[in-house]
Amino acid sequence: MRGFIPFLGHRLLRALIALWLVSTVVFVVMRLSGDPVPLLLPPDAPHSEIMRVRRELGLDKPLPAQYVIFLANLARGDFGRSIHFREPAFDVVRGYLAATLELGLSAFFLAAVVAVPIGLFSAMRRNTLVDHAAMGLALVGQSAPTFFLGILFILLLSLKADLFPTSGRGDWRNLVLPALTLGAFTMASIARLTRSAVLEVLGADYIRTARAKGVSEVWVVAKHTLKNAAIPIVTITGLQFGTLLGGAVVTETVFSWPGIGRLAVQSIYNRDYAVVQCTVFLAALMFVVINFFVDLIYGVLDPRIRAG
Amino acid sequence: MASSIPASAPADVVLPAAAMPARARRRRRPWLVLLGVGFVGVLVLVAAAAPLLAPQDPIRQSLRGRLAAPTWVGSDGRAHALGTDHLGRDVLSRVIYGSRVSLVIGFAAVLVGGVLGSTAGLVAGFSRGRLDGIIMTLADAQLAFPFILLAIGIIAVLGPSFPTLVVVIGLSGWVSYARILRSQVLVLRSREFVESIHALGGSLARIVLRHVLPNVLSSIVVIATLELARAIVLEATISFLGLGIQPPTPSWGGMVQEGREYLDSAWWISTFPGIVLMMTSIVVSRTGDWLRDVLDPTLRGE
Repeated sequence: MRGFIPFLGHRLLRALIALWLVSTVVFVVMRLSGDPVPLLLPPDAPHSEIMRVRRELGLDKPLPAQYVIFLANLARGDFGRSIHFREPAFDVVRGYLAATLELGLSAFFLAAVVAVPIGLFSAMRRNTLVDHAAMGLALVGQSAPTFFLGILFILLLSLKADLFPTSGRGDWRNLVLPALTLGAFTMASIARLTRSAVLEVLGADYIRTARAKGVSEVWVVAKHTLKNAAIPIVTITGLQFGTLLGGAVVTETVFSWPGIGRLAVQSIYNRDYAVVQCTVFLAALMFVVINFFVDLIYGVLDPRIRAG
Repeated sequence: MASSIPASAPADVVLPAAAMPARARRRRRPWLVLLGVGFVGVLVLVAAAAPLLAPQDPIRQSLRGRLAAPTWVGSDGRAHALGTDHLGRDVLSRVIYGSRVSLVIGFAAVLVGGVLGSTAGLVAGFSRGRLDGIIMTLADAQLAFPFILLAIGIIAVLGPSFPTLVVVIGLSGWVSYARILRSQVLVLRSREFVESIHALGGSLARIVLRHVLPNVLSSIVVIATLELARAIVLEATISFLGLGIQPPTPSWGGMVQEGREYLDSAWWISTFPGIVLMMTSIVVSRTGDWLRDVLDPTLRGE
């Protein structure tokens, strides 16, 4: 394992710097967006009242001081109070987190469960009609705008075919369309990548050797092909999970899904700094953590990386 | 070897070495690139000639002709090939005019992102050391970020104007140029011809402009094409969220949003601009892929 620990340490350091940069950018952008206090008070509020609220929120201090306080609080896990919900921002976001996780994980597993077999099948039956159809569909899935996919699903499967509800969160029927919308891009990417990874491995010498030894085709695929094709698949899968978080913003808006993506958009309109900071920070944190684990899985799948 | 092939396995799977060249040949399909470029060309023409092509004024409202289904003779006596929207405006005319917003913002954003990202990549590749570290950490940070949130935030702060949209969408795309150019510069700068020029006293600017840029130009063209598709979709997404070019100017994303409430009764308002947007995105990004296969096969997989 020599070399692998420093490798992980290096990745961890970069991840921490990335988190710091993300929170700084959010701080700057939200502070540029103007004073939230007039939005909180009735238009005829006296000046003294405005000043009191500003002091209460710490907005009367100079910006550098606000920034230092902001970072110190962040390090303690304190994201400040939501001016809209009037409770700690983290508590607000936590209430919406479950919905986003439910949607994100469903989309992700739906994508992986559907895409890997499709990619594998396409590779095994290369250049057949099935392969071309699957890959054509994957291309559409990869380039179609998420919001329009959602609208199309609502129009065709919800309004016309009346199979699923148009919006909101509830039982599994509510989950199908948002998960499909959010997962479409990931599904398409994983299917294409699986196909090319499997094709690549199928051309390798050791596969020919295995076949020459008379190893059965099923075993060749299961043992030799899939395991070696797994490395690029896991990589893209980890990265895709990050894109899912970004896609959740749009998907949740289209389907009125009560998750943190929709919360973030509404909080931007409300100038609710604390909630925006908290959601963005959590999203970035999740991305960083997931990729850290992807690096770990790498090490398990491909011993060469541990050495390098 | 043939004797060990399971009877069910297709021959081309078993003989990859022989199958490979054929596959590589098939990948280089310049006529597909021409087709894609042709599509974009037609789109540019449509956008430029919108006043001539659009059958009606895209912002003229008509209370009597609201929510009319696609028809050749509407209640107002005019043809509405793609129907009318909730304000009685002709959807076809709005789709035609909407191409202007998509293309102008798309191309401008690609220019901003391309110049910025290429410069960052060249600087990172040549400087290595600390500056390289800073640029690449910035790139990592941006990738760790659900960018759409930042875009919404900035636009909500500065107001949805044309320059803001171009800069924000442009900024969203600099990372891919920077990463690929950096890695190419790292390879190029160790090549003999670059080292010889350096030894002969050629300035850094000369090396970059005369020798490195021409070598990486095909990569830039490929990335720019893929980025154009992404920029157009991002603009439409921002417009869909209500933060793009403001009404009554038609944009594809904004039209999908406007038609959302009428999806049940007047599906055509959202569907037609959405389909045009989707087609544009698919064709442009495919053109990028084909260009990559033709110009620069080494880029595959990045």
